[in-house]
Amino acid sequence: MDLVSKNKSEYLINRHDNQYEVVIGLEVHAQVTSESKLFSTSATKFGAEPNTQVSLVDAAFPGMLPVINEYCVKQAIKTGIGLKAKINKRSVFDRKNYFYADLPQGYQISQFKDPIVGEGKVILDMPDGQKEVGIERLHLEQDAGKSIHDLDPKNTFVDLNRSGVALMEIVSKPDLRSPDEVNAYIKKLRSIMRYLGTCDGNMQEGSLRADVNVSVRKKGSKEFGTRCEIKNVNSIKFMQMAIEYEANRQVDLIEDGQTIDQETRLFDTKKNETRSMRSKEDAHDYRYFPDPDLLPLEVSDDFIEKLKSEIPELPDEKKKRFIEKFKLSSYEANILVSDIETSNYFENVIKKSDVKLATNWIIGELFAALNEKNLEITESPISAGNLSKLINLIKDGTISGKIAKTVFEQMMEGDKDPQKIVEEKGLKQESDPKALEALIDKVIDDNRDKATEYKSGKVKLFGFFVGQVMKVSGGKANPQLVNEILKKKL
Amino acid sequence: MSDITKQALSELVENIKSKKLSSSEVTKAFVERSEKSKELNAYITEDYTNALNKAKKFDEKPNLDLKLPGIPMAVKDLFCTKNLRTTAGSKILNNFVPTYESTVTQNIWNEGAILMGKLNCDEFAMGSSNETSFFGNVQNPIDKNLVPGGSSGGSSSAVAAQLTPITIGTDTGGSIRQPASFTGTVGLKPTYGSCSRYGIVAFASSLDQAGPMAQNVKDCALLHEIISTYDEKDSTSIDFKRNEYSKELTKDIKGKKIGIPKEYRVDGMPKEIEDLWKKGIEYAKDCGAEIIDISLPHTNYALPTYYIVAPAEASSNLARYDGVKYGFRAEGENLIDMYEKTRSEGFGAEVQRRIMIGTYVLSSGYYDAYYLKAQKVRKLIKNDFDEAYKKVDAILTPSTPSSAFKIGEKTNDPVSMYLNDIFTVPVNLAGLPGISIPAGHDAKGYPLGLQIIGKAFDEQNILNIAYAMEEKINFKNNISDWWI
Amino acid sequence: MSIDLKTIKHISKLSRISVDEKKAEKLVGDLNSIFDFIEKLNKLKTDNVEPLTSVAETTLKLRADEVKSKNLRDQVIKNSPRENEDYFVVPKVIE
Ligand SMILES: [Mg+2]
Ligand SMILES: [Zn+2]
Repeated sequence: MDLVSKNKSEYLINRHDNQYEVVIGLEVHAQVTSESKLFSTSATKFGAEPNTQVSLVDAAFPGMLPVINEYCVKQAIKTGIGLKAKINKRSVFDRKNYFYADLPQGYQISQFKDPIVGEGKVILDMPDGQKEVGIERLHLEQDAGKSIHDLDPKNTFVDLNRSGVALMEIVSKPDLRSPDEVNAYIKKLRSIMRYLGTCDGNMQEGSLRADVNVSVRKKGSKEFGTRCEIKNVNSIKFMQMAIEYEANRQVDLIEDGQTIDQETRLFDTKKNETRSMRSKEDAHDYRYFPDPDLLPLEVSDDFIEKLKSEIPELPDEKKKRFIEKFKLSSYEANILVSDIETSNYFENVIKKSDVKLATNWIIGELFAALNEKNLEITESPISAGNLSKLINLIKDGTISGKIAKTVFEQMMEGDKDPQKIVEEKGLKQESDPKALEALIDKVIDDNRDKATEYKSGKVKLFGFFVGQVMKVSGGKANPQLVNEILKKKL
Repeated sequence: MSDITKQALSELVENIKSKKLSSSEVTKAFVERSEKSKELNAYITEDYTNALNKAKKFDEKPNLDLKLPGIPMAVKDLFCTKNLRTTAGSKILNNFVPTYESTVTQNIWNEGAILMGKLNCDEFAMGSSNETSFFGNVQNPIDKNLVPGGSSGGSSSAVAAQLTPITIGTDTGGSIRQPASFTGTVGLKPTYGSCSRYGIVAFASSLDQAGPMAQNVKDCALLHEIISTYDEKDSTSIDFKRNEYSKELTKDIKGKKIGIPKEYRVDGMPKEIEDLWKKGIEYAKDCGAEIIDISLPHTNYALPTYYIVAPAEASSNLARYDGVKYGFRAEGENLIDMYEKTRSEGFGAEVQRRIMIGTYVLSSGYYDAYYLKAQKVRKLIKNDFDEAYKKVDAILTPSTPSSAFKIGEKTNDPVSMYLNDIFTVPVNLAGLPGISIPAGHDAKGYPLGLQIIGKAFDEQNILNIAYAMEEKINFKNNISDWWI
Repeated sequence: MSIDLKTIKHISKLSRISVDEKKAEKLVGDLNSIFDFIEKLNKLKTDNVEPLTSVAETTLKLRADEVKSKNLRDQVIKNSPRENEDYFVVPKVIE
């Protein structure tokens, strides 16, 4: 794959005569798709009543011990394979010690020195070319519970349903340089995990959150500036806003001759600003050490090979295939592979119909229509099968492209068979030469003067005749035949 | 039968199986004796009424195929018992009632035993004299002024005083073997991974092991065979072929090679201990064993290593006691204030001290110098044993560097208290099985114990050696019932 | 090396155990005598020794992804110090 990492549309912050570059690294927390938790047998479903999905292990009762979920291990390794990363055959679980109301054990089981997945990469398609973002590592860890501060004036309420849910923390290298790249990176990561089925990527439900590390430096400088970590941002839009605010704040400090404190900050979505998190101030010494309740996790080559064989075609490979096999443009392929649901839809449509037409109809009509109704591709009123039928009706000349749009609109109103719509409304294209000749004769007859003008050399009038014939036929005349016959008759 | 409580476990089982005794009679006898023995302070929580009811129920439909048919017993208060308060000897768990049962105790109830109550212990098993318990110190039935050892001090006292025919303790650095030695009883610390840690209040996860305590080796073997099971709920439980230890017990130890580690002759060791060890060597020879001198060169580093590893793990294991989910809570102005007050008022001085040590050795800047260093030395200590076991089948040492000391004697000097475990701690660090058997008395008439250390998973072998030596030693405990 | 009052206060903060002046001073004495005894380890050379975390010479066993602990809310909340049927309750946390 050719890598164009030169970015023409640089994101720079200008102050006085200085230009600053923003350096961003992300620690994405992706919830592993699994039935039960990482170290306990309680459920992980979203939206359950408070504290109904909490086992004695999750609530850290005395004498309770963690036992690891094999499926979560497999999911992490699959994700690692999807990130073209090194899978570590031996990894170790450590305890990260700190006190917090929603951390029942007083420590989080995580991986510190020896994560399950090592270095990998993600390729971004930016408007001015591709960019590679390095992955530092991926490790497995437990999620914490949820503190609810607004149910009671004096107390904080704690719900431990999330406590112990498996997370993959995916740490990027500080390779990102703009809010747009962050957007592309999160979307790509999400796409890969959804292809793999390892994380549903649902940001509203908290399945995907990120800690954003931001620093700035003068353009051209090789050294990194002091970074600040913005904790737990749960939407791409907020990440972008937070980066913009934070980068500008840091630039202002530097321009003002001040230094930047390395600290943890919080993004206030109401005020659109980041602020220092005092509650975390003295918690920096996490006293990591290997969890003595757990032994080292070892996986065999066979185990990894088996998982490799289960990996589906991923967006980058799919894109390559679409371009080579179907002669799609890079732009078209990008759109069609961006999301597994879209690519599944596309591949279902083209099973029985023309690729070029399918591509145009999906990217053009379908997306616009879905967008207008605010629907996801999975909620499309038009099934892949029916869209395929519609395309075939165009291809075999049963209906014209124009009529097809009418049929399409009908289909959007409810999932109807296009064949039936065409029949019921009598929209079939008129391709009988005799019938068309009669029609054309009548049009020429009605426009004698124009016909004469045409014959005397005003060839531009040809279009007028075609239009008239189409109009008289109610749009159903086969345009190709109309052209042929008209040429003869005029 | 008037002296039911004088009978050892095997006799009681025999008598119940042959219907000479009912479970009710046996339970009543032990309950009555326990009630008359409150002065020893061996119990934290008594459950006599339930025990008597369970015994009655057992007698109505006795299942005599079980290994512990209707046998009453009390257990160390570190094992979580369903619907019965479990305190770990701490104020912070003063009102904690588990809704679950530890695997080890469940195994015992599955064999027909009946719970009489929960026995005193050092707070979170941190101590060697039972003086750190929130529920007060325990008296040694040998002598009113003596500690019973710790941390399983309530257990050792209760077995020696015959308040319970058998019991279970836990051993992190000697907490079964040292109190057994101090009270003239038998205690086995099994191989790490032999007994499940599920449902046992954790002290130091990489060292903690549950084990049997009894009046003789045979009873110990039977109880061990019941509690040692593979458990999927404990990731460190090891799936190996377990013996029927009591059935395979034999006094034939001819030709067994027993190692004598020269490094266990520590500076300032009382002559009595030296003499006991020599006597032990003679007994072993009498049984037909071959004595071989060995070296465990890193013995001297075991205690310092232990006092890094154990507190480090404890500082993290005890973080869950924060007043949020269960246990004691002190009200505070805010969350941090609540935490700090709860833990300061809820934990005793020794526990706080160890949490501080553990926090310190793991803290940034000190991890490598202490914790990592200790893990490396732990490896060297284990290597020592691995080397030795190329030459010998088991190792014989004294259990403790002295007999039981007086209550209050060492409470102000933590290091001298820690030195008690000098012979037992290396065994935990290496994850090996060790058994302490009573082997004689010192000049004051206090019992002294010998320790037999085995290869990993080789409990049968050390039980056999202990069984053979027990016969030769023919130890008699001098208990006068002074408290009754 | 020796542990001073400042260190004791720092680790008491990390441990979430409040110490007053008197207790802190006692801890300085206790911990120093314990660490004097621990320092013995420095005499040993351990450069090429692999650290030992667990004596169990096996690796982690993996369990199936099954939901077994269901609806334990009552059990889980039962022992909590503040009465509330649905939640654990702590003094208000301000972030
Ligand atoms: Mg982070
Ligand atoms: Zn994380």
